[in-house]
Amino acid sequence: MTTLSEAVRPGAVPDQPADASEAPVRGLWRQGVVVFCENRLALVGLGLFVLLAGVCFLGPLFYHTDQVHTDLQAVHLAPGEKGHPLGTDGVGYDQLGRLMLGGQTSIIVGLAAGILATAVGTLWGAVAGFVGGWVDSAMMRVVDAMMSIPSLFLFMLLAAIVTPSVPMLIVIIGAFAWLGPARLVRGEALTLRSREYVQAMRGMGGTGSRAVRRHIVPNAIGTVIVNATFQVADAILYVAYLSFLGLGVPPPAANWGGMLSDGLADTYSGHWWLLYPPGIAIILIVLAFNFIGDGLRDAFEVRLRRR
Amino acid sequence: MSESTVRHEPAAGEPAVVQPLLELRDLDTDIALRRGTVHALDGVSFEVMPGETLGIVGESGSGKTMTALSIMGLLPHGGRVTGGQILFEGRDLRSLPADEVRRIRGVRMGMVFQDPLTSLNPTMRIGVQVAEPLRVHQGVGRAEARERAIDILRRVGMPRPDRIVDNYPHELSGGMRQRVAIAMALVCSPRLLIADEPTTALDVTTQRQILELIDDLREEFGMAVILVTHDLGVIAGRADRVAVMYAGRVVETAATATLFRTPRHRYTEALMEALPESAIREGGENARLYSIPGLPPDLSRPLTGCRFAPRCRHVTDECRTTDVALSAGSHQYACLHPVPAASAAPVALPAPVRVEATPEPAQPTAAPDEPAGTPVLSVRSLVKNYAAHGRGVLRRGAGQVSAVADVSFDVGPGETFGLVGESGCGKSTVGRLAVGLERPTAGQILVDGTDLASLTGRERRRMHRQVQLMFQDSYAAMNPRMRVDAILAEPLEIQKVGDGAARRARVASLLDQVGLSRRVLERYPHEFSGGQLQRIGLARSLALQPRLIVGDEPVSALDVSIQAQVLNLMRDLQRELGLAYVFISHDLSVVDYMADRIGVMYLGKLVEVGPARDVVRAARHPYTQALIDAVPSVTPSAATARDGVTIRGELPSALNPPTGCRFRTRCPLAQEICETEPPLAGDRHQVACHFPLRPESSGTPVEAGTAA
Repeated sequence: MTTLSEAVRPGAVPDQPADASEAPVRGLWRQGVVVFCENRLALVGLGLFVLLAGVCFLGPLFYHTDQVHTDLQAVHLAPGEKGHPLGTDGVGYDQLGRLMLGGQTSIIVGLAAGILATAVGTLWGAVAGFVGGWVDSAMMRVVDAMMSIPSLFLFMLLAAIVTPSVPMLIVIIGAFAWLGPARLVRGEALTLRSREYVQAMRGMGGTGSRAVRRHIVPNAIGTVIVNATFQVADAILYVAYLSFLGLGVPPPAANWGGMLSDGLADTYSGHWWLLYPPGIAIILIVLAFNFIGDGLRDAFEVRLRRR
Repeated sequence: MSESTVRHEPAAGEPAVVQPLLELRDLDTDIALRRGTVHALDGVSFEVMPGETLGIVGESGSGKTMTALSIMGLLPHGGRVTGGQILFEGRDLRSLPADEVRRIRGVRMGMVFQDPLTSLNPTMRIGVQVAEPLRVHQGVGRAEARERAIDILRRVGMPRPDRIVDNYPHELSGGMRQRVAIAMALVCSPRLLIADEPTTALDVTTQRQILELIDDLREEFGMAVILVTHDLGVIAGRADRVAVMYAGRVVETAATATLFRTPRHRYTEALMEALPESAIREGGENARLYSIPGLPPDLSRPLTGCRFAPRCRHVTDECRTTDVALSAGSHQYACLHPVPAASAAPVALPAPVRVEATPEPAQPTAAPDEPAGTPVLSVRSLVKNYAAHGRGVLRRGAGQVSAVADVSFDVGPGETFGLVGESGCGKSTVGRLAVGLERPTAGQILVDGTDLASLTGRERRRMHRQVQLMFQDSYAAMNPRMRVDAILAEPLEIQKVGDGAARRARVASLLDQVGLSRRVLERYPHEFSGGQLQRIGLARSLALQPRLIVGDEPVSALDVSIQAQVLNLMRDLQRELGLAYVFISHDLSVVDYMADRIGVMYLGKLVEVGPARDVVRAARHPYTQALIDAVPSVTPSAATARDGVTIRGELPSALNPPTGCRFRTRCPLAQEICETEPPLAGDRHQVACHFPLRPESSGTPVEAGTAA
């Protein structure tokens, strides 16, 4: 009874709503936004994401470059030379413009694959968790089996069979990234199913569908959204891995991973502008999503606010 | 032991000047939280003499645990001692070098925590864990450490200590784990043992064993003990002196007998009157509990005047403005309008509850022999077994856990049936079966004469209107993402009662019934205190106008003063609405106060059923008597005069329950017949025992005290 948090609780929480008008009534969403904004890193992450996405998608409107035709007269120009702020690459593409173009692919594939993986995984895990028993065992063994195969190997196999394109990348990454969310949501469903408030509802004569609709989904949604942000970060990394291994979208399309891979060949020639910008961009966007995810986790955690 | 430590031995030869072992002077402790700083302790002063037991009692948030943690230097994150002195053997721990303090705290002090499972490391063997302080502070070798561990385990009463040392914590029961934790605290032979709620997580019979052990060890080791607890009864029986804390301050200290006989501070007085035990003693079964209105103050804000003033009956304007210091002398209290010392002491009643030999057999109101009319709930030969899973991959059934075995009882309209027993006895399972959350393995549950098993799904759901469940932890039983209006309307929606407007009106009237303002409707569960949550939980249970509410430990998580509010409310509503309750609790004094009839459960069996007064005053089953004797009482005389039935040992496994009478393995009266034949019950005051302590009284005055 007297755990530490309990011992300080009555003092910490002005819990006299009956006579305390000073505590304003606030909705959970408002409170969530407040908690999210209290987390500096989450705001930094959000800002970073908006900045990167803005540069990648809106940048080309103001900074026009030719990313289709190669220009062998302007190969490996250093930053600043001939009006190329970040120089050019081995076939004469403007590096800054390419960074924007590559960012578009990375962000689109990352978001789409992350969302796809979360959707599939959530559905799979939820069904397994709710139904339980045999169905649960069978469905989760499928997940276990797929997890036991190294994803790199499967990626290479698949990419060799199909021609890489943006939709195909989304499907391939989504097809393997859903395993994590499936496990997570199944665990969540299992615990939520046995929560006392679900039992209380059953005690009032409520049905299973009401339990799912009113109690389990609203309480699991936070976990799912938080996980989705991490999935997006992972998917962006996957795009980078795949492209790095030469399994990305074919030129003239670009993405950060592919650019990194190309730049690697030039490491010893001292063409640093081909290596660092895409690398830093990947790190920044992944970091941004991770910060956002952390902030969301705090915001959705109602119990955090009880202290 | 470190040679540098200055010792003030309380040698027998020099009785004149005994220095306190520990003295706190104006201790202030702050805890920094996100919302601001909580001033958890504000000028706490007391002293502990060598060899003495000081009890610190208070409700949650009173600072009692923070006091203990401040002494031990174990404050939670953000906690800091900001002022005052902690004098241990005359030296201020706050001004000594950190190394020295660590050695003093490690060797000369020991601490026992509430939860013996979380205070032990699950990956370490018992022996290694117990001996860890020796190896850290005294550099003892591995072999010797093991010997010392075995020795100390023997002294705390562990059976077969030479084998236990190689076990892991999860292999032991709660009581055994607490013994290990005590052994760990004692292994360096400390001068001071701090026990923070050492028995709160344990059953009463185990609690009694542990408290006796601490008492014995105190004498054996000649150490002082600080016993921190919320339970006045625990303090009354064990402490030499008591310090009562409220809102971060010590409000009263006195010798135990003095304090319980003549409390002077109005808070102490109110706290004692709020105990069900006091109400029963004074006004019989229909007395209302005195409940302290309101909640403790918010310690993160500046407070002036007496901190109890907003909740006090005797408050004057002076109380709100004047800071009251503790008075001088041996009985100190910080109150401007203390309880008059000379008056007839409110709590000083001579006879302990259990030996009271004046039942009122003539009064029909006391206990209706047979519930009038059709029982609201009728349980017939109820059996519930759970399949136990083996460890293999395919999880083949490895037998059955017998949770409820052949339990039968009736609950009449408007009646309260109390169900008591220790954890694992199956009382909660009976409750869950009664509200239809689980299906029985065998037997019948009749609600209003209709067998639940005969109903189809839809009829069964309608039946839920009649019987509702009230949870121990209402916070866990409410969806944290729903507002109170949605929570209270949910049962109406499920049962399709009325339209939106009608539901809103019903919700509003429910709030009136449980005494909450309409403002709570827009709030979320996490914004409420325990007592308020319990009211909301009760309101939700009432929404469908049930005839029976099954309360599973509905007040066990609450403080005494809040508990009184909820119990009073439950009784008022019962009178107004003609509700019947099944009141499940481990706390015999609460059940005694609430129930008309009591059923006592042991390991899935109902061992005794009868009118509340008869069961508590004239128990017939040895287990019931043991349970009654183990309940700590605030009447110190009762606490000291116990030599009745004590049970030793551990609860047998429900996977393979004893044959015949399930209690026989721990029963002092057991004989051969108990092993083979399950005992039979009686008539009105039923008992499942071959050798009942008393003949069935059947309305004639009971012979008192035969068992004691």
